[in-house]
Amino acid sequence: MTALAFTLKAAPKQRVDVAPLIPERLAGKRLADIGALQLQTGNRQIRADELFTVEGDDASRLVFRGATGKLDFVGKGMSQGEIHVEGDAGSYLGMHLKGGTITVDGSVDAYAACELKNGTLLIRGNAGDFLGASLPGNKKGMAGGVVIVKGNVGDRAGDHLRRGAILIEGDAGSYLGSRMTAGTIAVLGRVGDHLGYAMTRGTLLLAQAPRVIPATFNDCGSHTLGFIPLLLKGFADLETRFADLPDRFQRVRRYAGDLCSLGKGEILVAL
Amino acid sequence: MNINGVHIDATFAEAFPMKATRVIITAQNLKWARIAAETMTGFATSVIACGCEAGIERELPPEETPDGRPGVAAMIFAMGGKGLAKQLETRAGQCVLTSPTSALFAGLDDGDPIPLGKNLRFFGDGFQSSKRIAGKRYWRVPVMDGEFLAEETTGMVKAIGGGNFLILAESQPEALAACEAAIEAMRQVRDVIMPFPGGVVRSGSKVGSKYKALNASTNDAFCPTLKGQTRTDLSPEIESVMEIVIDGLTEADIKKAMRAGIEAACGLGAGKGIRRISAGNYGGKLGPFLFHLQEIMA
Repeated sequence: MTALAFTLKAAPKQRVDVAPLIPERLAGKRLADIGALQLQTGNRQIRADELFTVEGDDASRLVFRGATGKLDFVGKGMSQGEIHVEGDAGSYLGMHLKGGTITVDGSVDAYAACELKNGTLLIRGNAGDFLGASLPGNKKGMAGGVVIVKGNVGDRAGDHLRRGAILIEGDAGSYLGSRMTAGTIAVLGRVGDHLGYAMTRGTLLLAQAPRVIPATFNDCGSHTLGFIPLLLKGFADLETRFADLPDRFQRVRRYAGDLCSLGKGEILVAL
Repeated sequence: MNINGVHIDATFAEAFPMKATRVIITAQNLKWARIAAETMTGFATSVIACGCEAGIERELPPEETPDGRPGVAAMIFAMGGKGLAKQLETRAGQCVLTSPTSALFAGLDDGDPIPLGKNLRFFGDGFQSSKRIAGKRYWRVPVMDGEFLAEETTGMVKAIGGGNFLILAESQPEALAACEAAIEAMRQVRDVIMPFPGGVVRSGSKVGSKYKALNASTNDAFCPTLKGQTRTDLSPEIESVMEIVIDGLTEADIKKAMRAGIEAACGLGAGKGIRRISAGNYGGKLGPFLFHLQEIMA
C-alpha cells in the first residue's frame, strides 16, 4: 500500500484550511470521495481535488507534496497515523494533535503545535511565533507530546506550555517559555530576551548562556542533575540531536523563577 | 533418586501465592547502590514477622539502568497488595531516599501500579517537581546532596513465595559450603530472591508450637541434636541441615532456581559430606504450589 498523497496542482493564492485531511477522517473513503471533500480557502469552499492531485491508498499515511506556507491546520486534531509535508506548512500545524506523527521538511508559520495534546511533531526547517502555545485568550498551551524544530523558532515559544517537550536545535526568539506552567523546552542555539517571563513551573534547558538572565530568576548554583540524562535518553528514538548530548548537559547552572510568579520554574544553563 | 551420591527425597516444597514488585536503585557507584538496596531489603526475611520478604535480585550495569548509572534490582514480596505497597513506601522512604546519590526506578512495568515516588515526593515540602519522560512520570525531590529522583509508580504482580529445599550434610561446615555453592548458582536466575541471611536459613520451622502465642516453632524433625529425643527425619550420619527459601514471580522461575541450587549442592557430592536433599511442606494441604524435587531434577 502506498501513502495517500496530496500533490498541489498550483500554489494557492489564498490560505487553505486542510484540517479535514487527517487519517481518521479519510480511512475507508474512496479517492473520489476524498477528492470531493470541501476545504475552506479564503471566503469560499473548494473541492480537495480542485487543489490537489490525490493518489495512493493508505489513509494512515498522508503526504502533502509541493506544500507551501498557505496550507493551514495541517493535522489538526489528528489522533493516529502519519502526515509528511514535503515543503512548508502554514499556521496552526498540528493544532490539538492527539497522537501520531507529523513531519515537515520545510518551515512552518505561527502557532505550530498549538494546544497539542500528544504525538510527535518534527519540523526540519524553522517555526514561527507561538510554537506550542495556547490560542489567544486560552490559558492552556501544549499539554503533552514532543515537538522538535531543527531550525529556529520565533517569539513566545511554549507560551502557557503545560506538559510535554519542545526541542529547538536552532535559536529561539524572545519570551521563550513565557507563562509556562510545566513541561520542558530545550534550546541548542541562542535565546532572546525575557525568557521564562511569568513562568510558574517547568524547565528551560539551554545549551548556551542567554545574554541576560532575567532579574526575577535567582541563581541556585551549579549542579549535576540526574533527571537530565534520563530526559535526553527518552528522545533516543526521535530525530533530534538532544538524544546524543547527555555530556553537554552533565553540569548545569540552575536559576529558579519567575519569582514574580509562583517561582517554581527553572532555567538550566549548560556549563 | 541419587545425584553424585546425594539422595533426593521423594518429597515436595509447598509454596503460596504472594504479591511482588521490583525496583531499580541506582547511585553514583555500585557500592552505594548496593548499600541502599541492602538497607531497603534488610529485616525482610519472612512475612511472619517482617511484613514482607525482600532481597537483591541482581546487580545492573549502567547500560541496563534508566539513568545510566550502576544499579541494583531488588524485589519485595508480601502476602497482599496493601501490605506490599506499605512496605515499599516505608522502606524506600527510610532507606533509599536517605541513601547518598540514590535514585529509584520501577523494575516492573506490568501489573497494577503501586506508589514509588508518588508519596515520597511530599518530602520535598512543595519544592518537588515532576517530569514526564517517555510516558512515565518521575519526581525530583530536592535533598541535601542534590536531588532524589524517583519514578512515580512501579508494577505489582502475582507471585509465589516459599519455594524451598533442605541440604542435609555430615557436618555444619559442609552444609554451609553446599548452601553457598547453591546460592551462587541461584543468583544467576532472574526473577527470584532468596530472602534469608545470605540466602540461607538454619532455623527452618514447622507450623505450630507447644506455646499458644507462637504460630511456628523449630522444625524438630530436622534438628540433629534431637535425633534421639523426637520423631526425627534424620539418619545417624546427618549432623547439620540448612534450608534455602525462594520467592519468585512464577512457578517456572522457582523451579529453575531450585534446580540450579540443588545441582550446585549435589556438585559437591557425598565426598564433601552432602548426603540428602529434602524439602519443607505442610502435607500439600495449605499451599497451592507444589514443587516436587525429583520432577525438578529429572
